[in-house]
Amino acid sequence: MLKQAMKKIGFGLFLLLTAPLALAEYRWNFPEPVTPMALDTLHVHNKFMLIVAVIFVVVLAIMIYSLIKHRKSVGHQAVADKAPSTATEIFWTLIPFVILLVIDFVIMGIPAYHSVVMMEDTRNESDMVLKVTGSQWRWQYEYMGNTDKGSQDGLVDAKGIKFVSNLSTPQNQVDGTVPPVDTPDSPYLLDVDNRLVLPVGAKVRILMTSTDVLHNWWVPQFGSSRLAVPGFIRETWVQVDKAGTYRGQCKELCGKGHGYMPVVVDALPKEEYAAWVALKKNEINEQAAGADKEWSKDELMEQGKVVYEKNCAVCHMASGAGLPPAFPALTGSKITTSPIFDADGKYLPDSHMDRVLNGVRVMPAWKALLNDTEIAAVITYERNALGNSVGDVVQPSQVKAARQ
Amino acid sequence: MSTTTVAHHDEHTDHPTGIMRWLTTTNHKDIGTMYLTFSLIMFLVGGSMILGIRAELFQPGLQLMNPDFFNQLIGVHALIMIFAALMPAATGFANWMIPLQIGAPDMALPRLNNWGFWLLPPSAILLTLPFTLALFGIGDGALATGWTFYPPLSIQGGIGVDFAIFAVHLLGISSVLGSINIIVTLFNMRAPGMTFMKMPMFAWGWLITAFLLIATIPVLAGAVTMLLTDRHFGTHFFDAAGGGDPIMFQHLFWFFGHPEVYILLLPVWGFIPQILQTFSRKPMYGYKAQVYSLIAIGAMSIIVWAHHFFTAGMPVPALLYFMYSTMAISLPLAVLFFCWIKTMWRGSMSFETPMLFTVGWIILFGIGGLTGLVLADVAADAQYHNSYFVVAHFHYTLFAGGIMGIMAGVYYWLPKMTGHMYNEKLGQLHFWLTAISFNLTFIPQFFLGLAGMPRRIPDYALQFAEFNMISSIAAFVLGLSQLIFVYNIISTVRGGKKATDQVWEGAEGLEWTLSSPPPYHSFSEQPTVK
Repeated sequence: MLKQAMKKIGFGLFLLLTAPLALAEYRWNFPEPVTPMALDTLHVHNKFMLIVAVIFVVVLAIMIYSLIKHRKSVGHQAVADKAPSTATEIFWTLIPFVILLVIDFVIMGIPAYHSVVMMEDTRNESDMVLKVTGSQWRWQYEYMGNTDKGSQDGLVDAKGIKFVSNLSTPQNQVDGTVPPVDTPDSPYLLDVDNRLVLPVGAKVRILMTSTDVLHNWWVPQFGSSRLAVPGFIRETWVQVDKAGTYRGQCKELCGKGHGYMPVVVDALPKEEYAAWVALKKNEINEQAAGADKEWSKDELMEQGKVVYEKNCAVCHMASGAGLPPAFPALTGSKITTSPIFDADGKYLPDSHMDRVLNGVRVMPAWKALLNDTEIAAVITYERNALGNSVGDVVQPSQVKAARQ
Repeated sequence: MSTTTVAHHDEHTDHPTGIMRWLTTTNHKDIGTMYLTFSLIMFLVGGSMILGIRAELFQPGLQLMNPDFFNQLIGVHALIMIFAALMPAATGFANWMIPLQIGAPDMALPRLNNWGFWLLPPSAILLTLPFTLALFGIGDGALATGWTFYPPLSIQGGIGVDFAIFAVHLLGISSVLGSINIIVTLFNMRAPGMTFMKMPMFAWGWLITAFLLIATIPVLAGAVTMLLTDRHFGTHFFDAAGGGDPIMFQHLFWFFGHPEVYILLLPVWGFIPQILQTFSRKPMYGYKAQVYSLIAIGAMSIIVWAHHFFTAGMPVPALLYFMYSTMAISLPLAVLFFCWIKTMWRGSMSFETPMLFTVGWIILFGIGGLTGLVLADVAADAQYHNSYFVVAHFHYTLFAGGIMGIMAGVYYWLPKMTGHMYNEKLGQLHFWLTAISFNLTFIPQFFLGLAGMPRRIPDYALQFAEFNMISSIAAFVLGLSQLIFVYNIISTVRGGKKATDQVWEGAEGLEWTLSSPPPYHSFSEQPTVK
């Protein structure tokens, strides 16, 4: 315990000492924009900030002049304000009013208008459609396919690719048992297992939704941020003009894992993107084949452990002890130890299969997030590890049947 | 103005003493004192919660608390600061000062006034009790949704959400009762000769505040009640599966929430010009312009609510409407700033603590207002929204614009209320520590937001570490320097140099014609205003 505390203090001191160094290259403004929208946002922001800074400095200067000159201690006598003539009064009221009107609705208003129209124009000239689904606490990406324009431009069609993107920072760093480790490739709390991959230069229309609570998909360098609302589709778009890796975070409080659902996007040149699509499609075919074969218990347990630690340990803890009362223990629980299937091979209501597939209250419906093999593996794992030893095995084919 | 004051013959003779005095009192000064004391206590409670947050955010990694407890602290911090610290402070001043300023013997509805106050302690208990219950294994703590209660997260939440809903109901009833009382008092009990356009600015600020409260609190009460029935009685107001819409809650909430910002600020905008004219030794500039601006801001505050959730997705015309109407609030606000500065211009200023706080207030609130103008822009808002930029912005408006304003009021009126002068040196020390550490706390947060740090996260990427560390250290200085404030108030209440009736050389108005402290029952004989 003491050693841990010492480590933390040491880390803090290290940060404190290196702070001036780090501040030298600190960002004082929006990060480098890589989409037309982020570029526009940066320009609007810079312009507005300049305007308000000028207003602030001018007003402050007048005030400070007054504070210095018109004080009692330097013997200044109060000079009563004389009521001005009506004409003067109207003049002096109108002047600032007009200046502000121009600033608000012309200098700031017109560029703001164009930005809004651009931001909301998700469909025109778009090349492909991507569906982004927020869930507690991960993002799911589904490629919905090219638009006609995208296909004409020769963009490879990624339709059918679908995956879940989880935080990849190790759990023991997240819960504070070991100090954070940060590398340029995998920054602390800002890296995921499966990155979203987008083609450079293509306008991607993004459909947003959520399976549980509100989330907000945000990459600062893209300048787009949109709420994911359960039961509704919201839209935004990005067009990444520069290859690279871009990172962001969920921006709407979505429960205890809110700080732990980053967005990581790899923008690849079109050829590399085509290669990635081919690889991904191949993987999908292999997985489909895997779902039909008979798996051994060891294979299932091995994959189940991976799936569990990635998806389930956040709430049910790595040991299976859970965080009662919000997140029940899996060790020795009724659901993880009672039978799954009835005599006809159908899964029972409130059985382990039912709960994992369909969820209940805070528990997500995993059928939308995991494939057959992963669900079979994680159920098998939960029943035969974490202090449980039921002994049975669930095959991917059974999960496939249960989805019907 | 000519006035007649009443002798002290009835002081401390016609009311119970001890605890029963405070439980049963219908005296506006007693009730005002209770409001202010309650507010001060809750300010410290809410403040210590945020120090817990800043301690956790001091460096990356989780050290002190789990994310769920973190979420509980941020939400309850906000609810306490808004509903239990700022609003009761303004109501406390209203109770103390409005009858004195308009020459009335008391508030119009004294028993209702008593009830309005005594609803507050139970609601404070409702807000904080879930923390204690969780220690005994009952429930899972206070509401963890932030103060905004957004469903579906608040529908998922534990009993803390229900406790908070009932707390908000009680606080809402208390505010509406207080507002009715203030409106009735101001309409009926002004001294002869005091027309509306001769009413002190503080009374004007509160009159508009009271109307805003009556217009919007019922909407909040309705929204949280719908939430309650969604949680427990099978309705689907905010659930798409049953035909509802989670975003509808945001519309209802911010229909209350945006006017709420002005509810917190209008009373301050009322007494700030009074402090300015006192310490500039010349009458406030543009009384009429200020009154009309206050009315305009009050009216406009009701029609701009959706700028709080531009990123939720809205039709383009709606985005444009809310953007332009929000920007339009800068017009009357600019008039106010102009009048405040013009009041100081060519005055004969001295800088006692209330004036220091007021001048600091104008500058810092100006930063809050100008960043608000930038936030109104929809496209840039996609970046600012829910980032630390917004956190910094609304602390400039609500801590600087709200709480520092209230502090100016406390130093301004404390000698009148207690009959003793506060310690000027400590007051000035308090001001400088507060102003400097406040800026050091929140300026880094502007940059954190621009760099991309979302709000309400318990842990952050290492790129945000340095600014968070600066902010945390400054927040602790800010928090601890408030102890000077508390000490100064307590020692002023207990004794100190006697204050004169007028207290300040340039003070004008009916409250300064009474003795310091004023008699328990003041203006039994009505003063007249010429």
